This record gives sequence, C-alpha cells and structure tokens, in this order.
Amino acid sequence: MSEDRLDVRKTYKLLINGAFPRSESGRSYEVASAKGEFLANVAQGSRKDVRDAVVAARGAQAKWWAQSAYNRGQVVYRLAEMAESRRDELAEHVRLAEGLSSKKAQASVSRAVDRIVWYAGWTDKIAQILGSSNPVAGPFFNFSVPVPSGVVGVLCEQDSSLEAFVNAVLAPIAVGNTVVAVASEKRPTPAVLLGEMTATADFPAGLLNIVTGFIGEVAPTLASHEDVDGLDLAGVDEAFANELAQLAAGSIKRVLRPGANEDTSLRRLRAFVETSTVWHTIGQ
Amino acid sequence: MSDDLTSSRLGAMAYDPAPESSAIARLKPAYGLFVNGEFSDPSAHESFVTVNPANEEALATVAQASVADVDRAVYAARRAYDTVWSKTTGAERSKYLFRIARLIQERSRELAVVETLDNGKPIRESRDVDIPLVAAHFFYYAGWADKLDHAGFGPDPKPLGVAGQIIPWNFPLLMAAWKLAPALAAGNTCVLKPAETTPLSALVLAEILQQAELPEGVVNIITGDGATGAALVDHPGVDKIAFTGSTEVGRLIQQRVATSHKHLTLELGGKGANIVFDDAPIDEMIEGIIDGIFFNQGHVCCAGSRLLVQESIADDVLRRLIRRVDQLRVGDPLDKNTDVGAINSAAQLARIRELTAYGDEEGATRYTSSCPLPDKGYWFAPTVFADVAQSHRIAREEIFGPVLSVLTFRTPEEAVAKANNSNYGLACGVWSEKGSRTLWVAERLRAGVIWANTYNRFDPASPFGGVRESGFGREGGRHGLEAYLDV
Repeated sequence: MSEDRLDVRKTYKLLINGAFPRSESGRSYEVASAKGEFLANVAQGSRKDVRDAVVAARGAQAKWWAQSAYNRGQVVYRLAEMAESRRDELAEHVRLAEGLSSKKAQASVSRAVDRIVWYAGWTDKIAQILGSSNPVAGPFFNFSVPVPSGVVGVLCEQDSSLEAFVNAVLAPIAVGNTVVAVASEKRPTPAVLLGEMTATADFPAGLLNIVTGFIGEVAPTLASHEDVDGLDLAGVDEAFANELAQLAAGSIKRVLRPGANEDTSLRRLRAFVETSTVWHTIGQ
Repeated sequence: MSDDLTSSRLGAMAYDPAPESSAIARLKPAYGLFVNGEFSDPSAHESFVTVNPANEEALATVAQASVADVDRAVYAARRAYDTVWSKTTGAERSKYLFRIARLIQERSRELAVVETLDNGKPIRESRDVDIPLVAAHFFYYAGWADKLDHAGFGPDPKPLGVAGQIIPWNFPLLMAAWKLAPALAAGNTCVLKPAETTPLSALVLAEILQQAELPEGVVNIITGDGATGAALVDHPGVDKIAFTGSTEVGRLIQQRVATSHKHLTLELGGKGANIVFDDAPIDEMIEGIIDGIFFNQGHVCCAGSRLLVQESIADDVLRRLIRRVDQLRVGDPLDKNTDVGAINSAAQLARIRELTAYGDEEGATRYTSSCPLPDKGYWFAPTVFADVAQSHRIAREEIFGPVLSVLTFRTPEEAVAKANNSNYGLACGVWSEKGSRTLWVAERLRAGVIWANTYNRFDPASPFGGVRESGFGREGGRHGLEAYLDV
C-alpha cells in the first residue's frame, strides 16, 4: 500500500432481490487470486439461496417485461455507464481474479462494457428482427412477436470472470427475462462487483440475482427448479452439463449449451425467447 | 323465430347419409417399411394391424420396425445426406418439394379417405382442413429451400444432418408434413415414425415421394410402436429429434437426448383457455367454442378445452352451448354431414372415460349430447362440464377428447390469471369486440398461439408451438426453419 493507512476491505455477498445478503446458510468460502493469494471470503450460496433468488426473479419478470423496450434499453445502458465510471475498479478485480496484466485487464473491461452497450441497443430491436407479420390464407391479421421465456438460470463461465459473465447474463435480460446467475466459482469477485453496480443502474430488484458458491452444490437446484424456464450451461463441463440437462427436462426447460460464433450470432438472444403468434380476425 | 332457447331443442336436422366411398383409399392389404426409397419387410418379420376406429375393422397390416430396422433407416438417411442431399442445391430441393405438394393435391381425395379411415376424423375435416394444409405446407417450405440466406439466421446456414421425427395420431399426415417439409427445405434427411394407430397416410405419402422421384434415403418412413420411437431417439446416428405428442413422453425424450448432442424440438400437450368476454359476438363465439373443442373429436393439442366465460353472460352462453352441442352430428366419419367422428383408439377412449369420471367425482355438472352413438367402434358423445373449479383434474389435465370444462371470471385480470394457471402454454382464444382489450389480454397470456375471435386456425406461414411444458421450437413460417438449421 502506498498510503500509510489500513485499507478497508469489502465483504463479497450475494445479490438477491436487489439486496446484498450473506448466504442464509452463514457460510463463506475462500477465494484466491490467480496468483494464489487470499482475496476474500466470498458468500457460499446454498440451495435455499438459489430458491430465494428464483422467487425474486419470478416476482420481477412481469414488471421488467412490462417496461417499454426503450426503457429496458436505458436501464441496461445505465449499467454500462456505471461500469465505465468504475472501470479501474473492475479492471483491478479482473486483473487479480484472472492473473492478467493491467493492460489486458483494462482491455477486458472495455470489451465487457462495450458488450453491455451492444445488448442495451437490442432491447427495442429484437422484436423487429425475430418477429414477423405472417401472410396466412384467410381474413386474419397474423403476427408473431418474441416474448421472454421468463426466469433464466445462468451457470457462468469459470475462466472469464467478467466478459463471459456479461455476455451470458445480459442476453436473456435484454429480451425481457429475469436471471439467476451462478458466478464463476473460483473467480467470482468481478461479477459481484458488477452486481453492486446494478444497484445504481436502475435495475429493478430481482432482475439480476447473483449467487456465488460451489457450482456443484447449487446448479442442480437451479436446473430442477420448476419455476425456472431456461438454463444456460455455459460454465459447466460436459459430464455435469449432461446431468443438469436431464434435470432440466423435468419441466421442459429451454437449455443452452456452449456453441460456436456467439460473438456475432444472435444465438444467445434467441435462446430464451418464445414466439407468440396472434391471429386477429379482419372484418367490417 | 324462436327466442326461447331452453324450450326449443331443435336437435340435429335429418339428412340422408352421404358417405364417401372407402374404395377411394385404394388400401393395400399390407405395407412394409419405406427405407432407402423402397418398401421392404421388417427384419424380424413382425407386424401389427391398424383398424378403423369407427367400426373396429382391420384396414391393413403394417410392419413393426425393430431396432435393426431403425438402424437401417438411419443409415440410409445418413448415406443419402452425405452422398446426395447435402450436394443438392437449394433450388433443386425446392423443386422436389413443389413436386410433392402438387402430387398431394392430385391425390388429395384418396388421402382424405385414407386419413378418415385410419384416424376416425370426419371426412369434412380431412378433406377441407388436413389434406389442403398438407399440400400448402410442402408448397410453402418449397419456396424457402433456395432462400435460406435470407431467413435471418446469418449467411449460408447449415442443415443439422439426419432428423428423427416422431409424430402423433391426431393429424397423421399434417404432422408428417409439418416435420418433413421444413427439414427437407433446410437440407436435412429424415427418418419419420408415424403413430402406431395411424400409419397409413404416411405410407401413401411414401408412394408419393417415389412418384416425385425424391432421391432414395432422403426420407425413410418406419412404422412401429413406442419401442421403435425410443430406438430412433436413442440412435447415435441421428442429429436431431423432433417430437409431437404428450408432455409425459416429451419429458422422457428430453431426458434421453440430454446426454447426447442431438438437437431437439418438442410440441407437446396443452390445456387451452378460450376466454369469452361479455361483448363478444355471440353466434360466432358459440361456433368458435364448438370448433375449439369438438374439432377433430377434441384430439387437438391446442384444443380450447377450458372455456373461461365472463360471469355476466355465463348462463346464456352455457344454455346456447348445450343446445349447439346437441345438434352436432356424431357418427360415420366417411359421411360428409358428420361433425364429430370416432375416438382414435380404445386406449384413448378409456383415458377420456377415466378423466371425465373424475369430473363427476369432483363435483362438476355434466351435460352429455343426446346424439345416438354407433354400436361398433370407439365413440364418446360430446360433453360439457359446468361448475368446474381450477383445481379439478378436468381443468388441469389434458383430456384429448370431446370434453369441455367451463369456468367463469369477472375481470380481464382474473381471466388472464386463470388462463395462465397451467403448466401448459400452447394456445388460447380471446373473444371480444374490443380490439384494445383483446391485445391487452393476448400480451399477457403465456401461450405460443393466440386466436382472437377465432379458434383452431392453422397456416404454413404461421408459427405454431408452445411455451412452458407445451414444448419448445416452432413449426410453420420462417421460424419453423430454425428447428432444422445449425444456428
């Protein structure tokens, strides 16, 4: 420390329903930097924390979707503003978590912020890209619109602590879902910090919930939860993904497995939307 | 003019019988498996008989495909994909599909009779709905085959490979068309398994594919029971499974496919709410309710099986409904005047009887059509249950028969809440003259398809499919291509 004072360290907690609780279990686990030095005692979320997060996400979903697409875009964009204004702090977290040079950590944060901006712009365009007016035979006005699946569970990537988190979590949010995210187990602190930023980004309570802890412990609860509509398996290995996908089948969840071309394709934006088609009669 | 609806139970007006000839079907005594462009005997030489549900008479003997036969069919599809179909241009695929559409139109009367014989649905429906939609579906997707670059999935989207397709018995040929047409347009090859009780129209389609000179192995059609379907689902050479059927089986398939890298789309059950507001045009609405639940004997996954009627008009609607139900002509499916045909199988009839018995047990009030039922065959008289509560099994479970459950509501909010109170989410109806309210309700319904002032409409350009436990993926429209592209 260059300053002659003792630094005030942060407690890394969960994000559930707009609040930052410790795990209801009272547990925490030790998280080290990429170099192996002690970083923090991070909250070790429990199955109950996951269920609480799902309740929060379900409660927030209809309200989030009821906001105008323009409004949702502004909320997501506001997160980019918050992240940009605290980019040094984010970069420091990424540097420590991923063991990058300062320059590379800064570049990673830049890409993450730009990705948030990209998603912010999608909220009021996706319906025009995925929707359609359908020329049916008969006196009907027939149109299809993309609507959110509902509550999406995201098992975030393990290595990329911020960029991949942003990429996976904001896709379902941009199209109207609410999210329960399980952050990288070994590198959770950048995601926790970004979660804190949502508090000043007008994210409604419950829109994004973040659980830290042991993925092996909490993921099955998320995968089998009857009130979760979609599951993103980005951060789990193949054997575990198979197991979770089987659990997800219990309530016919939409399951997204890692795939190619995600930077440019709309795969993630399409993964957790439903096509709703309305037939309306035409007559005098 | 009789305004007193309670006293004027007109009953069905008498018509002379007007039966279509079953000879038009030109059925053969036995059918083999359609693999690699030709019909062949199953490896284990096992077969089963498909019967006419309207009279329980045998129609034809059909091959039971074994695991080895499934393997042979998948191999044929793979070889066709590798050697022919993946090298066939979109423009050429397009022309094959147009050919198939035209051949279906040419043989539409024959196909309608085959469908009615094997399924039990009224000839009026197979002739006017099923078969025209089958031809239209092939015609629609034919045009997509050489335009995939413009479908919104990026440049040069690739097919998945071999698609295993398992279809139900309620719209046998239409479901085959919904599966085959987009798959072929997108460049996949197919192994299609028709339902055990309704294999015949798909086998006639196989003849049509021969007439179209579709390259051998591009489409293989294998008949059999659930074991055949399971073998197809489990086959490692299959890249994609598309299933239409019950949520129960869909869940099992999703579990089995979860440990593979197969792509999956599911079109499963439903418990559609048909919401009727007090300003709805009453005569059209009554017809819409009838069509919503009694079309195809209620063997419709998107059937409007829960009627939600606004309390202020509930008595009037129920009275008119019961009167209309009494006028439905139930009987010989080949008769052109028949409104409601036979239940597809003894097993389905037992299921309908079981669930409706719960309706009585749980305290709902049953109205049964007074129509006479034939002595032979599988029949269930059109039935309406009033005084149904949301917790009743007949309000929660898919009956898949000509049985309507009537519930009431007071406000639009309550209607939406009740409609969404289901694990399913396939289709809903909204009846109101007020467009703004209709769209308000439509926006809030958790369903893949919403019919406003109509019900049970289908079109190849219109995406169809469910949310929640009604499945995922869409059939129809540009959206339907996504199920068969690696995007």
